[in-house]
Amino acid sequence: MSKSRNSAFAALLATGLSAGLVAGPALAEPLGIGREALPEEIAAWDVAVLPDGQGLREGSGDVETGDELFYEHCASCHGDFAEGLDSWPSLAGGAGSLNDPRPVKTIGSYWPYLSTVYDYVHRSMPFGNAQILTADETYAITAFLLYSNGMVEDDFVLTHENFADITMPNADGFYVDDRPETEYVLFSAEPCFSDCIEGTPEITKRAAELKVTPTDEDGLPAGTLPDIAATADAG
Amino acid sequence: MTTDNNDNTNHPSRRRFLQGGAMAGAGLVAGAGAASAATPDPLITEVQDWASVFGDPVDAAPYGMPIHFEEHVVRHNVEWLTESTASSINFTPIHALEGTITPQGVAFERHHSGAIELSKPDYRLMINGLVDRPLVFTFEDLLRFPRSMTTAFCECAANGGMEWGGAQLEGVQFTQGMIHNMEYTGVMLRDLLEEVGVQPEGKWIYAEGADASSNGRSMPLEKALDDVMVAFFANGEALRKEHGYPVRLVVPGWEGNMWIKWLRRIGVYDQAVESREETSKYTDLMPDGRARKWTWVMDAKSVITSPSPQAPIRHGKGPLVITGLAWSGNGAIDRVDVSLDGGRNWQEARITGDAKPKALTRFHLDIDWDGSELFLQSRAVDDTGYVQPTKQALREIRGLNNVYHNNGIQTWWVKEDGEVENVEIA
Repeated sequence: MSKSRNSAFAALLATGLSAGLVAGPALAEPLGIGREALPEEIAAWDVAVLPDGQGLREGSGDVETGDELFYEHCASCHGDFAEGLDSWPSLAGGAGSLNDPRPVKTIGSYWPYLSTVYDYVHRSMPFGNAQILTADETYAITAFLLYSNGMVEDDFVLTHENFADITMPNADGFYVDDRPETEYVLFSAEPCFSDCIEGTPEITKRAAELKVTPTDEDGLPAGTLPDIAATADAG
Repeated sequence: MTTDNNDNTNHPSRRRFLQGGAMAGAGLVAGAGAASAATPDPLITEVQDWASVFGDPVDAAPYGMPIHFEEHVVRHNVEWLTESTASSINFTPIHALEGTITPQGVAFERHHSGAIELSKPDYRLMINGLVDRPLVFTFEDLLRFPRSMTTAFCECAANGGMEWGGAQLEGVQFTQGMIHNMEYTGVMLRDLLEEVGVQPEGKWIYAEGADASSNGRSMPLEKALDDVMVAFFANGEALRKEHGYPVRLVVPGWEGNMWIKWLRRIGVYDQAVESREETSKYTDLMPDGRARKWTWVMDAKSVITSPSPQAPIRHGKGPLVITGLAWSGNGAIDRVDVSLDGGRNWQEARITGDAKPKALTRFHLDIDWDGSELFLQSRAVDDTGYVQPTKQALREIRGLNNVYHNNGIQTWWVKEDGEVENVEIA
C-alpha cells in the first residue's frame, strides 16, 4: 500500500517536533492500520457545515414550519419567541448590546455565521435528545430563528441554495487572537521587585461578602481542610 | 513583618537551587525551639489498637480509595453557575494537593452533554475530508501505533472567569480549580494523519467527540502535526469515563475546550469550521464590542494553593510553608515570585521538581510568619520572558466581559487569626 506524499505536509512534519515530547519513531510509510471509511459512514458522522456552506445537505424549510417545530421541541427551554426561559440560553434579542456592561450575546446579536446555527442545532439539539431533526426540519428551525431575530419576513423559506446569501449582523465582529502584539509585548518587560507600589494595600473587593460559595456544615468554604489539632483534641 | 529567607531578589534572572533540601533560612531559627510537654502523650505511652491488632487484609480493596479522613479532597460544583449539571463544570481540590500530578478521581470535569459511557469494543475513530484515504480505526487499531508520552495541564478557558468582575468565590478550588495535570500516553496525531495522507489543500483539522454535544473544534494543521496527542492512558491507567474514556485529544498549552473527549472523528478541511464552540463560546468580548476568536493558548499563570481560603493557618506563628502552582501554555515556567505585601515587594520562590513545558509546576517559599496580616500574591514568569499580569492590567486591555483567559495575579488576605480571604486590592 502506498500513498502520495506532498512536500508541504513533509515540511510541516519536519518542523513539527516539539521539545519536551518523547516522540515515537517517525513513520516512514503508512503502517496499513485501519480500514477505508465507507461513504455511508462518512455521511453519517461528517455533518459539519462550514461558513461557506460546505457540508449543507439538500433541503428547505420555512418560518412557519420552524415555529411549529420550535414550539414542539425547543420552546420549553428557549421560550416561544427564542427569548430564553429562566437561565436557559436566549437565542434572540440583545442587538447592539455588545458594548453594554452586561451584553446579551445571541444568534442575532453575536454569532458570525448562519452555518453554525444549522450545524449545532442539527447535531446537538434538543438538549438531552439530540440528532432527532431531519435536514428539512433543521432548515425550518433555522429560518424561524432568523425570523425571531428580525432578519427575515414571516414567509421566508431557507434552502441549501439561498443559505450562503444570509449574512449575520455580527459577521465582522471577530478578529484573530492578537495577544502577541497587544499583550505579550507589554507583559514581557522585566518586572519590579522592590517598593513597587506606594502605601499599604487597600481591600477593594471581598468574596466573603458575596456568600455565593458552597459551604460545609460548619459554614466554611466547601472542602476546607480539617483542623488537625481540633480533631485530635476531640479524639 | 516577616523574615525574608531569600536574599538575592535583586537578580531575578538568577535561578536559585537549594542545597541538600535544607531550609534556606538562617532567619528561621528565631523562636523555633521545640515546645516542651507538661504531661506524657497517651498516644505514645499507651498501646494503641493499630499497634496491636490487624489492619485491613490485602484482599479488602482491589481498587483502593483514599482514606476517609481525606474526604474533603473531592470535586465540588457550584450549582448557580449553570442551568444544567449535564452541561457544567466542577473543580479540582487544588488547595489540598501537592506536587504536580492530579489524581484522576478528583480531576475536574467539564461536559456539555454529560459524561458518556463508551466501551472499547464500541469505539470508532474516523479520519476523513481532504485526505488520500479516509479511514476508520478501532480501539485495537490505535494500540498498534507507536506511542509517545507527554505531561500537560488541561485548563478550562473559563478558569477564573467568575473573578473577572471582582473577588467572588471563596477558595482556590473554585477560583483556579478548573485544571488538571496528567502524564499521558497515546499516539501522536501526526502519525494518524500520516496514515490517511493529508492533501495539500488540507489546512485545518476539526475534531469532535462521540457525545451529543460533539464539542467540535477547529485547529490549524501546524498544531495538529506538532504536539497534539490522541491519548488513551492518563497517570498510568485508562482515561476515566468523565475524562473521555477510551480516547481523548491532548492539546498541550491550549484551552481545555479543545481537548476533545470521546474522540470520534478528525475531519481535514481547507478552512476552519467556525463551530459553536469557537463562535458563540470560547470567543472573548473586548471593550469595543468586537471579540477575539481563536485564543487557543493559555498564558502564564500561577496561584498560591496554601495558605488559601480553604487552607487557613491554624498552627500559629513561626515556620510557614507557602506552596503553589505555576504553568504556561507558551513553554516552561522559568521563575515564580511571591509577595507577602500585595505586590509592593517580591522574592523568588523555589521550583520544586521539574518545570516541564506546558505542564503544572510546583513552587514553594518557606517563611517565618510573625502573625501579622499578609497580602499573598504569586507571579509566574515563563521561558518566553512573559510575566503574569495583574487582573487590573488585563482589564485595562480587555474590559470586564472577556469571560475566558483570566490569568491575573490572585491575592489572598491572610488575617491575624490565620483565616484567609479572596480579595482584590488597590
